[in-house]
Amino acid sequence: MDRLLFLLATGLARGAIFALFALSLVLIWRAARVVNFAQGAMAVVATYVAFAVTGLTGSYWIGLASALVAGGLMGLIVERGVMRFASHASPLSGVIIAIGVVMVLQSLLGIAFGPNARPMEAPFPETPIVLGGVPVLSPYDLFVLVVAIGLMGLLALIFTRTSLGLQLRASAFAPEVSRLLGVRVARMVTAGWVLASAVGALAALLLVPTELGLNPHSADMLFVSAFTVAVVGGLDSPPGALVGGLVVGVLISLVTGYLGATVAPIAVLGLLVAVLLVRPGGLFAATEARTA
Amino acid sequence: MSAQPQSASPAAGTGSTATGARAGGTLELDGLTVGYGGAPVLRDVSIRVPAGAIVALLGANGAGKTTLLRTVSALVPVASGRIVFDGVDLAGVRVEDRARAGLAQVPEGRSVVAELTVDENLRLGGLQRFRGRRLASAVDGVYDLFEPLARRRRAAGHQLSGGERQMLALGRAIIAEPRVLLLDEPSLGLAPRVVAQIMAVLRALRDERGLTVLLAEQNVTSALAVADHGVVLNLGEVVADRPAEDLRTDSALRHAYLGF
Repeated sequence: MDRLLFLLATGLARGAIFALFALSLVLIWRAARVVNFAQGAMAVVATYVAFAVTGLTGSYWIGLASALVAGGLMGLIVERGVMRFASHASPLSGVIIAIGVVMVLQSLLGIAFGPNARPMEAPFPETPIVLGGVPVLSPYDLFVLVVAIGLMGLLALIFTRTSLGLQLRASAFAPEVSRLLGVRVARMVTAGWVLASAVGALAALLLVPTELGLNPHSADMLFVSAFTVAVVGGLDSPPGALVGGLVVGVLISLVTGYLGATVAPIAVLGLLVAVLLVRPGGLFAATEARTA
Repeated sequence: MSAQPQSASPAAGTGSTATGARAGGTLELDGLTVGYGGAPVLRDVSIRVPAGAIVALLGANGAGKTTLLRTVSALVPVASGRIVFDGVDLAGVRVEDRARAGLAQVPEGRSVVAELTVDENLRLGGLQRFRGRRLASAVDGVYDLFEPLARRRRAAGHQLSGGERQMLALGRAIIAEPRVLLLDEPSLGLAPRVVAQIMAVLRALRDERGLTVLLAEQNVTSALAVADHGVVLNLGEVVADRPAEDLRTDSALRHAYLGF
């Protein structure tokens, strides 16, 4: 019972990271109708920037801020530099370009930093707090949960309460009508990429200290899990990303805890296949099925 | 053709709440040809829409009415010819910049963003011109104009009836106080009572604000009832360009091109 509580709590913290990263996939999907397979590699680049900045300044927080900026910049560069030119005739072209971006980024990181994992320190202890003799969750897990919930709340406010959010949503749902109303849709697509890539960068930054360390492939498994989350929740649905993230996080935590870490990826892929079979549009699919 | 005398003073009940509402502009199409190859969709079309006038664009299905409106908004490229808005050639001006300059279009099919609420659709239409409190009062102006919408502020676009959607699409287009309004088949699929209401609003916008309107319609009777002038398209060419009164009364012309 004690073990279950611990696994649930850490699973929620892990799930919050998946939810954030899945949200970044959902935001780009909504803005540009592309599943951004490069999201993981872009986020790792931003995490390296944070790693370097923290190393130089000694401050985790300046590193965190620079990861957000670097993530946003990556979004801007990838969208303006290559993705904008992807043909919309086939959803595959965007995917293939994204995979090309992954190869370029991971190779560059490998050349610059080498393949070895570099330990990244968390800003808070990672040993669980013990409440009444029961280990619950670590201060760092708590920090992750607070940041993730805070950021999701902020995004919800941006999307529902601001003019920028209204234009972002309108451009995603009805680009031609939005242009006829004077909305600069191309700029909104870029804004969606910048926002999403900053969110993805933050997710990777939060995850890496709980893993073996930072290397060019640090976010590979994060991408697979978050992609599953996005599909489970429905690629068009931000609330779906949130719920899906928590579900996948808890699933991985429980499977790892009771069956072993090697089984976890199989469980994630099993869930992906099951959802695709039963509800291909995702559990939270609203009006239309995905086209990719 | 004579331009309507225009009064720039915005009257209550036209949805105009901001001071300094813009008066109507002129739109000229000069030798417009659209579509390459054997059979262009539009061939050498020249139409003048004077400031403060309602010009009806008539013709059968496939005559090129929708293509013409989409070309004016830059959604379809021009093969040759010019589109001149208030004396400025619009060549190279993008869709969203034409809208910002005051060239609004309500496309066919009512184009309400189904995922957004009525309120959000209206704010989307107005926010390139107004922000904050002025935007809120511009939205309220539309609710004054179309009372059924006021009761459905929080409803999503996909929950609206056909008539409500058309009111919303029209309200959303005029909220930013355009200088020329392009309307594609606003009467399509609507009850006669709703069509009459929409035509009355167009007339009021013209009379009270001096708005210029290019109205593509298959519903000839309704269109000519409010129009000052009528242009008949057939297979992509202008076959008649007359005062609306003439088109209403010339039975031979009506019979040849308008089918009644």
